[in-house]
Amino acid sequence: MAMFERSRALPLLCVVALLIVLWFGAALAMNWDQAQALADDDAGWTDVATAALSLDRPLLPTPDQVASEMFRSVFDYPANSPRSLLFHAGVTAWAAVLGFAIAVVVGMVLAIGIVHVRTLDRALMPWLIASQAVPVLAIAPMVVVVLGSIGQTGVVPKALIAGWLSFFPIVTGMVKGLRSSDPMRRDLMRTYSATDAQVFAKLRWPDSMAFLFPAMKVAAPLALVGAIVAELPTGAQAGLGARLLTGSYYGQTPQIWAALFMAAILAMLAVATVDGAQALLVRSRGGRL
Amino acid sequence: MTTLVLIVSLVVGGALLVLLARGERFVFRMATPVVFGLLVLWLWQVACTGYGVPLVLLPAPSQIGAGILSHLPTLAADFRQTFLRAVIPGWAIGSAAGLLVAIALDASPFLRRGVLPLSSLISAMPIVGIAPIMVMWFGFDWQSKAAVVVVMTFFPMLVNAAAGIAQTGAMEGDLMRSYGAGYLQTLLKLRLPSALPFVFNALKLNATLALIGAIVAEFFGTPIVGMGFRISTEAARLNLDVVWAEIVMAAVAGSISFALLALVERIVTFWHPSFH
Repeated sequence: MAMFERSRALPLLCVVALLIVLWFGAALAMNWDQAQALADDDAGWTDVATAALSLDRPLLPTPDQVASEMFRSVFDYPANSPRSLLFHAGVTAWAAVLGFAIAVVVGMVLAIGIVHVRTLDRALMPWLIASQAVPVLAIAPMVVVVLGSIGQTGVVPKALIAGWLSFFPIVTGMVKGLRSSDPMRRDLMRTYSATDAQVFAKLRWPDSMAFLFPAMKVAAPLALVGAIVAELPTGAQAGLGARLLTGSYYGQTPQIWAALFMAAILAMLAVATVDGAQALLVRSRGGRL
Repeated sequence: MTTLVLIVSLVVGGALLVLLARGERFVFRMATPVVFGLLVLWLWQVACTGYGVPLVLLPAPSQIGAGILSHLPTLAADFRQTFLRAVIPGWAIGSAAGLLVAIALDASPFLRRGVLPLSSLISAMPIVGIAPIMVMWFGFDWQSKAAVVVVMTFFPMLVNAAAGIAQTGAMEGDLMRSYGAGYLQTLLKLRLPSALPFVFNALKLNATLALIGAIVAEFFGTPIVGMGFRISTEAARLNLDVVWAEIVMAAVAGSISFALLALVERIVTFWHPSFH
């Protein structure tokens, strides 16, 4: 009983199992009409039910249809073929990673500036905070079109949008982190007559990591969202966003769901990578962040 | 000439900002970001008109302003379609559902341990991607956009509200029990009020998410009205003044919703330490 109380895996498994059962039930209910319309007149309800769970273009594909579509589109084609889901995932992931890297570098530089230059702090910080209430993603189509009209297509506009989206959490988190040092320690540094640069290198920077990593965990999935949305407006040929778009044009529901799950896997990978980097840093610092 | 004006404006504006940033009074704290914003607008305007930047690359602020004025009926129709019909109902339904599920989960620790990790996982996913599915299920009109918003706002509220309910102090719980308070009384008088700051955090976060969700969902197909529809089609036709006008409207709508929620939060959770 104690194990039952404390276990984390069991409740999770139960909920996932429940969701899958609900999913099958919903698929049955939603695809019923279509299956019945296609079935022969003398088909019994079991025939209709079987048909409802294996339609070509179902309203809601079943979990096993999605899984087999994912399996097929990942393993049946070489990774560089436009029919491979891995190829599309790679295109989107590359834009997201590039954008994320830009956001981290620019965000850190700006945060360092804000912490050290009072004018920047007073003039910029309110705008950065206000920007959280603004749907910055709305600029995506315009950026893609304008950059396209000056000859920049492909990864550049996508990376810029991904970077723009993930930049805000990074800079606000980093500013908080650079200011999070214990005042006692800062006083101690002053009694050592440490310069600004020394305080930064020995105190502020190490302390900021405890805020940078949570910020990166928020920012990494945002970069992915930015890259996917940037693929929508121009009808890009490659990428998960393009996959969603063509899937919705041609009613290929299993393809949409497979692309969605691939996006979810990428998001998990992104968060796991940040977690891994954090664990490495914690280990190299002897157990604390 | 333009370059000269730009350099002079930069120097004068920069010096003014440095002076303003020295002040500690409230007026100075407010004036610095405002002056900075005006300076950016001014530099943008001068650069655009001075160098003759084509409208299809970057319209000047004055052109955007003119765009807003001359397209007011369109903007109003788009606002009605996207904000009033999709964002607000979707946000309200999604947030309410998240809150209700969080309260229900509070009664079952077993389910909570299963649902919460899954929900925080899902809230880190690119949920806007469900837009094409919702369009297939609920049609091209605002219903499908509202559905996307419901899903996008549900999980952040669930995770936040559950965290808020769970952080109620054991001491307060004991006190309620010693008063002989029942489950419902404890919920209404202790757990929910103490979860309110978390709930408001989620409501504010969801306000932005809802706007993003509705706009992006419209990229997947809509009737010929709506902010996301206008942004994507007018961008493709290089009518950037209309696109910018929509973006300004989205930014203003987002900021006002956020500010209103912050105001309500202040009034409702006046007791919270962060407001003392």
